[in-house]
Amino acid sequence: MFKYIIKRLLMLIPILLVVTFVIFTLLYITPGDPAKMILGQTATEEAVAELRAELGLDQPFLIQYLNYMKDLIFHFDIGTSYTTGQPVIDEIMNCLPATLKLALSSILIAVVVGVPIGVISAVKQYSIFDNIVMVLGLAGISMPVFWLGLLLIILFSVRLGILPASGYSTWQQMILPAVTLSAQSIAVVARMTRSSMLEEIRKDYIRTVRMKGQTEMRITIFHGLRNALIPIVTVIGTQFGSLLGGAVMCETIFSIPGIGRLMVDSIKTRNFPIVQGGVLFIAIGFALVNLLVDIIYAFLDPKIKAQYK
Amino acid sequence: MEHTSNEKLLDIRDLSVEYHSNGKIVKAVSNLNLSLKKGETLGFVGETGAGKTTTALSILRILPELPSRITSGEIWFNGENLLLKSKKEMQQIRGKEISMIFQDPMTSLDPVATVGKQIEEMIGLHEKLPKKELREKAAQMLEQVGIKRERIDDYPHQFSGGMKQRVVIAMALSCNPNLLIADEPTTALNVTIQAQVLELMKNLKRQYQMSMIMITHDLGIVAEICDSVAIMYAGNIVEYGTVERVYENFCHPYTEALFDSIPSLDEDQEELKVIAGLTPDPTNLPSGCPFHPRCPYAGPECAQQAPEVRETEPGHIVRCHKDLKGGSGNE
Repeated sequence: MFKYIIKRLLMLIPILLVVTFVIFTLLYITPGDPAKMILGQTATEEAVAELRAELGLDQPFLIQYLNYMKDLIFHFDIGTSYTTGQPVIDEIMNCLPATLKLALSSILIAVVVGVPIGVISAVKQYSIFDNIVMVLGLAGISMPVFWLGLLLIILFSVRLGILPASGYSTWQQMILPAVTLSAQSIAVVARMTRSSMLEEIRKDYIRTVRMKGQTEMRITIFHGLRNALIPIVTVIGTQFGSLLGGAVMCETIFSIPGIGRLMVDSIKTRNFPIVQGGVLFIAIGFALVNLLVDIIYAFLDPKIKAQYK
Repeated sequence: MEHTSNEKLLDIRDLSVEYHSNGKIVKAVSNLNLSLKKGETLGFVGETGAGKTTTALSILRILPELPSRITSGEIWFNGENLLLKSKKEMQQIRGKEISMIFQDPMTSLDPVATVGKQIEEMIGLHEKLPKKELREKAAQMLEQVGIKRERIDDYPHQFSGGMKQRVVIAMALSCNPNLLIADEPTTALNVTIQAQVLELMKNLKRQYQMSMIMITHDLGIVAEICDSVAIMYAGNIVEYGTVERVYENFCHPYTEALFDSIPSLDEDQEELKVIAGLTPDPTNLPSGCPFHPRCPYAGPECAQQAPEVRETEPGHIVRCHKDLKGGSGNE
């Protein structure tokens, strides 16, 4: 198991190399000159050229990339922000708490609400509950975040006045954004739980447990759900991974200074070091979540655990 | 036969079970009567789809709930009607009083729990024992079926098919049930393993002094371990009697056809004998006797009227208009 984790962590290196190269290339070919953006429309040609030289933007693409990688590998330095002059790593770390808080609370809601709904839907397949919940689930998946967010603000902050509409420091402030963001995840988790459970509870071993005299509740949870967990954990992982990348819409509506907003602002101002750093961070986050999911697999399925040795 | 007494352990009366599929009603079992004495081993023989497993699952009341329904009948076990029991009461009977071994050992164990845990679960449900004793008892059960106790923490995928079936047997017997239902316990196994598992079941049956219903296609297995035999066709028993009686003196054309389809070693057969025709479509059973379209002796009355059961001799029951004598095929 330990060896497997080390192996997987080493496999991160080529992935990150590819990610940095791709994002570097994309930004290089993006129209718009950062130097012009920084100095503004009125800047003289000379001033722009000078700044370009200072930032290293006048050099050939490959040299720029190699310089970037050299700093990254030897100094763990991913550059400084063009606009604030702060190290990129600090800018990202400043936004991280808000994003983490939002991602963790939404995924928590998604699991706590989605899994039980999926289980009940599967056990009571085609019941009224199942039908209603699955329609709501479809709505949850299709509903745009900005619309749901605004509706919730109108209801809970404006009309009822019981929840704050912005901020992220207190738990009351987290409720609306977390609920807004989790709507889609709840639906995805519930649907996956339902279909995975439907498959498991029809299997022969469930009949064996029933033959033993076990109660339906325990059959459903300790055998059905236990066996259905792998695909459920997979979607929870993917959902969490994408939440880590920041939820631009949600962060914008509720004025939360998270990674998503940082990235969008940086793209608008051609603040390339931040964009690169942000993408790198998201890629690492995604890879780590995937690794975590794979490790959880081993605890869920003895066959997978045997393969990891 | 050694422990057979005259006391009835199981008595099924007029059992009917229906399945609903795509708006059609499938009569899986219709008006089935069957009884089993204490200590008796009954062979339950018939083609696939005859309703053998459905009957067995009805006894435990673990038929799949949505599409199937017991429409009528009574199932008396130890003097109590199981169909009137509450859910909770049934849970106490399952495993403890009546236990079952399923056909396919590959799929009948939970893949993510160790075999020890699965046996412990069964024991723990019916006996309040401390954890240590549960584990010890599970280990003993494994030894009983010829599996080393060191393997108690292994998962099902680490066992072969035959070994898995041994685990299932160990589990089924762990609470010392009065009745064991074995649903084709050897069908999914290869021939050498089949013999081992059968031998094991025979020995354990003697040791535990329980009654057993052995569902099978294999008349050889019935001859080897059963006291009596029930031949099932299209949801009902067409012939029932002691193994000696039925094997030497079968009276139903279907039973005859089953015996005829066993290849003979003496004759040089070019082709295997088969029963003409197909198992009837359960959504649309033939009128009268459901076997009449395939029956070589069928007369006009067979298509019109369902035959009543007759007793050709005390304890030998047949459901047929005709009277075959000793399998000679003469009326």
